[in-house]
Amino acid sequence: MKVKLHGTRGAYPTSSPTNQTYGGNTSCIEVIHGDERIIIDAGTGILGVDFDRYYKASRINILLTHLHMDHIQGLAFCKPLFNPKKEVHIWGPSGSSESLQSRLNRFLSPPLFPIPLRDIPATLIIKELPNTNFKIGKFEISSEYISHPGPTVGFRIKCGSKSITYMPDHEPVIGKSHLFPDDDWVSGFNLAYQSDLLIHDSQYSKKEYQTKVGWGHSSLEIAAEFCSRAKAKHLILFHHDPTNTDDERTEMFKTFMSTVNYDFPIELAVQGQEIEV
Amino acid sequence: MPAHEIEIILSRQLADCLTVPVFIVNPEGTLLFYNEPAEGILGKKFQDTGPMPVDDWGTSFFPHDEDGKDLNPLELPLVQTIRNKVPAHKTFWIKSLNGKSTKISVTSIPIIGRSKVFSGAMAIFWDNEVKL
Ligand SMILES: [Zn+2]
Ligand SMILES: [Zn+2]
Repeated sequence: MKVKLHGTRGAYPTSSPTNQTYGGNTSCIEVIHGDERIIIDAGTGILGVDFDRYYKASRINILLTHLHMDHIQGLAFCKPLFNPKKEVHIWGPSGSSESLQSRLNRFLSPPLFPIPLRDIPATLIIKELPNTNFKIGKFEISSEYISHPGPTVGFRIKCGSKSITYMPDHEPVIGKSHLFPDDDWVSGFNLAYQSDLLIHDSQYSKKEYQTKVGWGHSSLEIAAEFCSRAKAKHLILFHHDPTNTDDERTEMFKTFMSTVNYDFPIELAVQGQEIEV
Repeated sequence: MPAHEIEIILSRQLADCLTVPVFIVNPEGTLLFYNEPAEGILGKKFQDTGPMPVDDWGTSFFPHDEDGKDLNPLELPLVQTIRNKVPAHKTFWIKSLNGKSTKISVTSIPIIGRSKVFSGAMAIFWDNEVKL
């Protein structure tokens, strides 16, 4: 499998000249195996997906972790939606009462968007995900609710013997400096357990997190502790805070790395990066 | 052991922040977690006991009515919520191991998350004599 990071930024897109190294587009990744591809999250990063070149078949699969703006903003401008020959399957978390379709329609309809969901030219197939396992082609996918405001799932994608876990927005423990000592009390643990690659929220520094408790995001420290606890083999720190310049983010990362000693590779996500798993 | 569902994990996090005693049980009645104020009622620390089967915790305090008559376990709110998956409430007395009776009120609610799966129940206890 291969993962391409099309958008690594959290909260909102940024085009600041000081934010070019890690990239300014919001969450979107592509998981690739041979000529099969799935897209996860539709932040502005989805605009970097080369639909003309790699999506010859009519069916396209877009999985959404949740409906916060930074994860769906690019959907409105995603080319296949305006192609009547395309069948776009959108998978996202079930809510308690309102359907996924109705929640998506709140954004993809006037006055926020010129046309309502039902008038989009492509054939839209919207599928709700509770805690479940399903297959798309060769990808075996598990979705599970994780700790983040509003209905939010994380995904584990398995293909052959390899697995990738994607949790762009996740606060595994709220307001504490460490995870609970028992694995069964760690949100998202099942999804991440022994993954070959973990792409995880790390929006804040340890100090910043103290003033953002309950906002739904992790610090670099918590992300790494979570990866270690789940015995995942490679950590990509994702969902960069747009208020950090590249230099600040790099500095924060260096400081963090100088204080820890984990036995798995840890790196900051870079927009455009491809990772072989 | 796989992790608990998110609703249970977040219930524990809430319980951790409260000064009222809270018990969290799974659908089988196993006590998955109790917070620090509840440790005072049970007389045991969660970090020492870990999860406790219903037979253990259910007999740790002796529920009785105003006249000292033992309550049938089926009358306990938490047991009712586990059986019926609906909230329950009751005021009754419990006897600690040192023999002192305390009048408490218990409210229990089912924990049913977005998956619509019944994951267990949470009970909040009041000692009617303690002013918070
Ligand atoms: Zn986000
Ligand atoms: Zn979010």
